[in-house]
Amino acid sequence: MTFSETSPSDNWHIKNVRIVDPYTHTDALGDIFIAGGCFVSEKLPEMLTLDATGLWAVPRMVDIHVHFREPGQEHKEDLVSGSRAAAAGGFSAVAAMPNTDPVIDNPALISWEGAHGREIGLIDLWPLGAVTKASAGKELAELALMEAAGAMGFSDDGKPIASGRIMRAALSYATMLKHPIVQHAEDLDLSEGTVMHEGQISHRLGLPGVPAAAEAAMVWRDVELSLLTQGRLHVAHVTALGSLEAVAYAKRLGGPVTAEATPHHLLLTDQAVSDWQASPITKVNPPLRPLELRDALRKAVVTGLVSVIASDHAPHHDDEKMSPYPQAPYGISGLETSIGAVFSSLLHTGLMDPLTLLERMTSGPHQALGAWYPGVVPGARADLTLIDPELLWVVEPRTFYSRGHNTPMAGMQLKGKAVATMLGGRWTMREGQVLA
Amino acid sequence: MRNFIALENMNAQELTTLIDLAETLSEVLERPIKKVPTLRGKAIANVFFEPSTRTRNSFELAAKYMSADVINFQASGSSVEKGETLWDTARNLTAMAIDAVVIRHQVAGVPGLLADLLNVPVINAGDGMHEHPTQGLLDLVTVKAHYGRIGGLQIAIVGDVLHSRVARSDLWGFTIMGATVRFVGPPNLLPSALGAPMTSNLEEGIRGCDVVQVLRLQNERQKSGAVPSMREYREKFGVTQERLGKWAPDALVMHPGPQNRGVEIDSEVLDGPQSAVLAQVRYGVAVRMAVLYRLLGGTHDI
Repeated sequence: MTFSETSPSDNWHIKNVRIVDPYTHTDALGDIFIAGGCFVSEKLPEMLTLDATGLWAVPRMVDIHVHFREPGQEHKEDLVSGSRAAAAGGFSAVAAMPNTDPVIDNPALISWEGAHGREIGLIDLWPLGAVTKASAGKELAELALMEAAGAMGFSDDGKPIASGRIMRAALSYATMLKHPIVQHAEDLDLSEGTVMHEGQISHRLGLPGVPAAAEAAMVWRDVELSLLTQGRLHVAHVTALGSLEAVAYAKRLGGPVTAEATPHHLLLTDQAVSDWQASPITKVNPPLRPLELRDALRKAVVTGLVSVIASDHAPHHDDEKMSPYPQAPYGISGLETSIGAVFSSLLHTGLMDPLTLLERMTSGPHQALGAWYPGVVPGARADLTLIDPELLWVVEPRTFYSRGHNTPMAGMQLKGKAVATMLGGRWTMREGQVLA
Repeated sequence: MRNFIALENMNAQELTTLIDLAETLSEVLERPIKKVPTLRGKAIANVFFEPSTRTRNSFELAAKYMSADVINFQASGSSVEKGETLWDTARNLTAMAIDAVVIRHQVAGVPGLLADLLNVPVINAGDGMHEHPTQGLLDLVTVKAHYGRIGGLQIAIVGDVLHSRVARSDLWGFTIMGATVRFVGPPNLLPSALGAPMTSNLEEGIRGCDVVQVLRLQNERQKSGAVPSMREYREKFGVTQERLGKWAPDALVMHPGPQNRGVEIDSEVLDGPQSAVLAQVRYGVAVRMAVLYRLLGGTHDI
C-alpha cells in the first residue's frame, strides 16, 4: 500500500482489498468506493486510487471500554491523546468510561464530552455515564437525561456497584433506556488488599492474590438481577470460569446479558507477573489469570458467549506505575496493541476465522451497547480500518500516541496491525501516523 | 552472585558454598576480638521500611565484625515521609558511595526491582510475603550444624505459612538441598499451590519429622478474623512439650522469632533441649557475614 496522494479528505477508490465486514457478513476481495464521507457503489471521476493488496478493510472498529481520564487526570491521558491513540490503534469509535474527576454523572458533562470529541474529530467518541451519582453506589444518576444528551451506556467502572439493591434499581430503570448497564464485577470484600490472581504464581511471589471467585460471585448476582428485571447488562472484562458459566446461564434463559474480554486477558497469563519480576507494569484489574482460565476465555470468545473484545485502555503516568506493587494503580494502556494482541491470540493461533473474530470488535460491541451501524453499504458513513494481518511488529510503548506507556506487552512481537484508519471518509491515521 | 534476593532460583552448589562459608565465619564469633579486616573501607546501608530488631541488628553486627561501616536508615522520620520514592532514596544512598544495600520492605518484589535499578549489590532482608533469604540460609546452617547434613531430612513448618516469607525461603532452601518440606497449619493459612504436602492435623504434620520450624502467629491474624482465638489456635497447633514428646521426640525445634510464648510454642519447648532458637540467631550473624563477603568480594583475610 502506498499513499502517494497527500490530501486527507478526497474521494477514494480502495482496490484489491479483502473486505471483512461483519455488519453485512461479507468476507470477499473487492473494491471500496468513498465519496462525500460515505461509501458509494461505484467509481466516480477524480477518485484517488489506493492499491490495498494484502490488506483487510474492516468497517467501524469500535472499542467500548477505554479510560481517557479527562477531566481531572490529564497527565495520564486526555481526550486528544486518547483519540490519537484510538486512531493509531485502528479504531474509529470508542466508548469512554466516566470514572474521571469529577465523575461524568450528569447530562452537562456528557454533552461536553461528546462535543469535545467531535471537535477533535479523530474518532466517534461515545460517552458513558455513571450509574450512580459520583459513582458512589448510593443513588442513581440521571440516566435518562444523560442518554438524551448522548450517553451510550452507564457504568461505575472501577467502583463496582456493591449494593444489590442499587444494582437491581439500575437494571430495572434501564429497561426504559436504549443502552445497558456495564458492570465491573468484583466482590470488593473478597478482593480487599489483593493485587494479582491468587494461585501458584502469587504464592511464589508472596503477593496477595484474589481468587477468580471474587469476580464470578458478582457476575452471578448481576445475572440474577438482570433476569429478574430484564434490564440490559453488559459484563466488562470477564476472566473467571464462573463468570462465563453465569453469562451462559443468562443466555440460556434469554436474559439480556453480554460480556467482553480484553486483549491482555486473551494474550497473557499471570506468568507475566513473574516474568516482569513483580513490576507493577503487570498490575491490572481483573488480574492476569493462569493459562487454563485464559484458554477458557479464548474459547468463550470463539463460541460467541463473549461477543465483545474491548481493551480497558487504562493509561497511567510512568511515575505512578513505578510505585511498589500495592500502591501502583491498576491498568494497561491497550488501544495501540489491541489488534496485534487479538490477532496473535485468536487469528494466528488458528482459533478463529477473520469474519467471526472481527465481529467481536465491530458488530458485537455495537449490539452490546445498543448501537447500530450498517457496514460497507452505499450511503453509510465511511468509517474504515485497513489492517495488515501479517505485519510483525515489536511493541515499543515510547512510540505510543497514548500518554500511558504502561503495558506488559512491551518488547513483545505481535502479528497484525492497523495501517490506516478512516472516520467519515477522512483518514485519521495512515501508516502509523495520526493525521491531527 | 551479584545480589541476594531469593533462595527460589539458587542451586545446591551456590547454597553449599554459602553454608560452608557461614560455618567458617561463625568461628570469628568465638574469638576474643571479633573483628576481621575483610570489608574494611566498605559502607553498607541497612534500609528498613518495616520494624525489625533481630534482623537489623544481625546485619549490622555482621558488617561490623568484618570492619565495614554501616548506616541504619528507617523509613519513619526520613525523607520517605516527605514523599520521596523508594527508588530515589536508594539512588541517593548509592550516590553517597554506599557499597551495598540491605533492604526490608513490606511489599514483595521490591528488593528485586531495586536490584535492577542500582549498580551496587542488594540484599533482601525480607520482602512482604515473598522471601527472607538470609533467614532461610541460617535455618539451613542450623540444621546442617545439628545433623551434619540436610539431604534426606523431613522438615515440618507449622503455622501461618500463607503469610510467611520465612516459610517460602525455607521451602526453597531445604528442597534445593534435598530435604522434604511439609506445611502444617489452619487450612485458611496454608497456600494452595506451592507444591509442598500440607495438613491441618498437627500430629500428622510433625510425627517423625527431623525438624519442626514453628512460625509466629501474628496478632493481626486474629484481628482480621482468620483465627478465632489464640486459645483455639494453641489447642489445635500449639507446639507443647507433651505433643513434641509424643510425636517428634528427637526433632530439632526452630522458630524464626519473635516468639509468642504460650501460643504457637511453649516456654518448655523453647527453652528445652530440642530447641535451636539461639543457635539460629547466632548463625544468623555468620550467614549475613557470608552473604556480605560473597557480594562485596572481601579479601581472604578472615
